[in-house]
Amino acid sequence: MIHNVPPAARAKSDIPFLFCLWVIGAVYVVLILAMLAADATFTSPGHLWDALKSPEIQYAIQLSLLSCTFTTILSLWVSVPIGYLMSHYQFPGKKWIDAVLDIPIVLPPLVIGLSLLILFQTRAGRWIESYVPVTYEIPSVILAQFMVACAFSVRAMGAAFGQLNPRREQVALTLGCSRAQAFWWVVLPETRRGLLTAGTLAWARSLGEFGPILVFAGATRMKTEVLPTTVFLELSVGNIEAAVAVSLLMVAAAMIVLVVVRLYGMEPSMGRFFHP
Amino acid sequence: MILIQDLSHRIGAFHLDGISLEIPTGRYAVLMGKTGSGKTTLLEILCGLKPVQSGRIFLMERDVTFLKPAHRGIGYVPQDGALFPSMTVHDHLAFALRVRKWDTAAIEKRVGELAGVLGITHLLGRRPHGLSGGEAQRAALGRALAFHPRILLLDEPLSALDEETRRDMYQLILSVRRQYNITALHVTHNWQEAITLGDCVFILKDGRIAPCGPHDIPASRNNMCGSPADYGTPPFSPVGPPLEKDR
Repeated sequence: MIHNVPPAARAKSDIPFLFCLWVIGAVYVVLILAMLAADATFTSPGHLWDALKSPEIQYAIQLSLLSCTFTTILSLWVSVPIGYLMSHYQFPGKKWIDAVLDIPIVLPPLVIGLSLLILFQTRAGRWIESYVPVTYEIPSVILAQFMVACAFSVRAMGAAFGQLNPRREQVALTLGCSRAQAFWWVVLPETRRGLLTAGTLAWARSLGEFGPILVFAGATRMKTEVLPTTVFLELSVGNIEAAVAVSLLMVAAAMIVLVVVRLYGMEPSMGRFFHP
Repeated sequence: MILIQDLSHRIGAFHLDGISLEIPTGRYAVLMGKTGSGKTTLLEILCGLKPVQSGRIFLMERDVTFLKPAHRGIGYVPQDGALFPSMTVHDHLAFALRVRKWDTAAIEKRVGELAGVLGITHLLGRRPHGLSGGEAQRAALGRALAFHPRILLLDEPLSALDEETRRDMYQLILSVRRQYNITALHVTHNWQEAITLGDCVFILKDGRIAPCGPHDIPASRNNMCGSPADYGTPPFSPVGPPLEKDR
């Protein structure tokens, strides 16, 4: 015998709910694409070519690529040990240190630049400057980028280490590894995706960093000029076409990084580089 | 031989009090007890992964109480296998040997021999995500046995396996026992597993080893220590053909 299911008990259609989700998501995606399309239609290949031929912009591209890469290496070098320690050990004052690590994320970028500028006017800062010129020189670009980028990298590595199964490291210890060997051969290969995420975040944040660089490194052409500085300088003299052309270069660089991460971030064989 | 003397460990409300037990060389002991009774903690203390707060631990007549895990010579198989995701089964079997700087020919010989014993020769090129539960536990057992440990600790290694695979693993473990004459402590909730594999059974209850003779051979449930409720799961009737056991 077949019983009719009462209307109230019937499962309601999921379509309205899913439709709302799709609409909200689509609005944001369309907004991003519209922004990029507006940039692309504002300029022409000729403008882009002229921008690329300009020695100032060529210098800015070179300095940006160099400083971002150096900052990324530096950020990973610092964020891996911090992320590992913060996710594996309990110690007095851990919550305070955790809060301190977030300061560069919540501080306005201009304030970070100003704080760096003041730091290098202290006695210790001047002593460093007497050996290595920092303020308004290329090292100040890297330091300004590093202060912000590293904080994001630390968060990414902390999350990556926190998600690991600690039992694997423990098994490695019972198999004869020292703590350092277990870290290099078992823990680090497992965090390869976290490393890639942290590195990408650091690189992308460095590429877009402007406020701290403007205050701490200045905006001197052919000296401390990185791509965001170029956009600012070109805008300030009314050369909007060049500013947009440089912006599109930055968009292209960001897209390349994202595609590389999507393609290689999921590749398990990358872990083989770390094996004993 | 595994000898634990008056071992205590306390973290918050959890405690192990005055644990003493002795497993003679070549014996396969089973440790049972309810969830949260401290079985895994006891194994971790034996491995050196958790510190001893009081008491002594001797493995093969050697005081290892304060030795690091790497220097205890213990093969450890955790509950989930804890295989390394970026390594192949071959890498797992070779791992402890590479750490010990064996030469490549010796490593390949040992890996081949072990893979043959465990029936995983065809899996040597696979990574953990391509293995079934039983295959993963075979790889984990191989990784633990590769460096010829005299002591083997197994923490519920078969709990996530289906009945058929579990019976295959019984045969495998019995065969490994025969071949390597290893002293083992095997944690389980499953009394059929204890009967099939164990020479002696210990019950961990209320932070203590239940007062019973440590070398009772559990030929049947009635010969085991404690009441069925202490084992952690309700007893069930063994099914299928009797398993071969080397007694």
